[in-house]
Amino acid sequence: MAQTHLQKVKTFKNIVFYGIIGTLAALTLAALIIIISYILMNGLSHIDFEFLSQDPRKMGREGGIFSVIIGTLYVTGVGIVIATPIGVAAAIYFTEYAKGGKGVTIIRFFTEILAGIPSIIFGLFGFAFFVIFLGMGWSVISGGLTLAMMVLPTLVRATEESLKTVPMAYREGSLSLGATKWQTITKVIIPCCKPGILTGLILGIGRAIGESAAIMLTVGGSLRVPTSLFDSTRTMAVHLYTLASEGLSMERTYATAALLIFIVLVINGTATLITNNLGGSNGN
Amino acid sequence: MKNYEKVIEKVILLSAIVATISVALITVFIFQSGLPILIQYGLIDFIFGTTWSPTNGYYGILPLIAGTLSVTIGALIIGVPIGVACAVFLSEILAKKPAKVFKFAIELLAGIPSVVYGFFGLVVLIPAIRNYILPIYQIFAPNVSTTGFSILAGAAILAIMILPTIVSMSENAITAVPHEYKEASLALGANKMETMVRVLVPTAKSGILSSIILGMGRAIGETMAVLLITGNMAKMPNTVLDPVATLTGTIAMEMGYASPTHQQVLFAVGIILFIIIMILNIIAQISVRRLGGNAV
Repeated sequence: MAQTHLQKVKTFKNIVFYGIIGTLAALTLAALIIIISYILMNGLSHIDFEFLSQDPRKMGREGGIFSVIIGTLYVTGVGIVIATPIGVAAAIYFTEYAKGGKGVTIIRFFTEILAGIPSIIFGLFGFAFFVIFLGMGWSVISGGLTLAMMVLPTLVRATEESLKTVPMAYREGSLSLGATKWQTITKVIIPCCKPGILTGLILGIGRAIGESAAIMLTVGGSLRVPTSLFDSTRTMAVHLYTLASEGLSMERTYATAALLIFIVLVINGTATLITNNLGGSNGN
Repeated sequence: MKNYEKVIEKVILLSAIVATISVALITVFIFQSGLPILIQYGLIDFIFGTTWSPTNGYYGILPLIAGTLSVTIGALIIGVPIGVACAVFLSEILAKKPAKVFKFAIELLAGIPSVVYGFFGLVVLIPAIRNYILPIYQIFAPNVSTTGFSILAGAAILAIMILPTIVSMSENAITAVPHEYKEASLALGANKMETMVRVLVPTAKSGILSSIILGMGRAIGETMAVLLITGNMAKMPNTVLDPVATLTGTIAMEMGYASPTHQQVLFAVGIILFIIIMILNIIAQISVRRLGGNAV
């Protein structure tokens, strides 16, 4: 009698437990679906050729976001072009050259620490260092350099993960055939982990496009199409913030948000597809 | 080894050090720009001063600290149970295939730009709070702020933003618990639920804790989302529906029009923020390292 009662309590507890866990997990999925679909549903209908091809007029109340798209490409491009070689080289150092010891532990530690620094601190630093100290002003180059620092840890980590999956035998095989270490790296190891490097690159681009706080303090907010690296410009994320906080045009705010989220989803989706299909497969 | 290979090796080593140099430069420039005014004004007055009015020479950041702490703690209260539940669900309950899809969804959540979260909060959450939560709240507290821009809004959005960090790190920690523990527990007659609650989660607790610390760091450092939805009033809050200004939001908002002295003060705010984040990150790093994994 007592035992059946205990069993009943246990079953009841089980149901409650699984119910709660399931509900909370469903809530997470719901949050994702609601946010994405809400923004896309309200914004996609306002995106047309005019919106994409015209410059903003009257501070963004009218017109499109052409110059903002160009500004985004410019700043992101500069950031990624600077960060990629450094990130890949750093990852090669960690997996192929570093022999352990205190020094390696320390630089690895600081790479992780860099990843944890919030974007507003990067913004303050970029403002004090690139904009003021180096005299670059609010410009594409100040923002690009700041972004490069921000996406560096992402690139290092993704490249390193894929370098680690290259079997030792490949290295030994190459070396035993008389190739030098550098030849082994460039001819054998890097070709094997192109997908991993690409994933890191794509994730870095995704992060760079969505970044706003650091960009606002280093690139400024000019609405003109930048013609040189030392021009101020505006990225889509900063434009979205300005439109939203000043309530300039609800239509254009939704459209900008939808475009931004669409681009980021495509980018991150691609990165995941690459990782799932090719990553860790030794490039075969 | 050929000569040029030695040069290449040096270049590669240099690249590896770039991140370390970056951290050093950031530290130096943030401190150099903010420290003089911090010393001149006095650290105690700065941190414990209750009036933030930089245009009138009052630089007390206690209201900003209170703002940051309240939205962060709120985000943890909402986000941690959901995140840990998700982690348990993913690692122990859900089958492998759907779990993969679920993880993909979580990654997408991590990729959404913070300004989009802020905009979503602005157009969905703020009106929802104003229309549904405020009327109920007003029965108990008639004088509560009625705009909807509030700690609650900030905490709810931040909770969603820190979920990916908490879920993926906690899931790793739970998956890393040795199989024998689970088998022994089941062999002793415990059911799956008891095993999860009494064995798996307690064993993984240091990993879960580091995920919470890292999530906390993200919440404290988050800027644009919070800036759009907390109302940015540098006053000590009394209820969860009060508007607050955070450390990050204040820097981002005021930097654009600040006078040179005001800018220095904002750098001093940056110093405080930097120190808080560094302490949290170092704790998380060390505990993750001890577990032999990578921080997310």
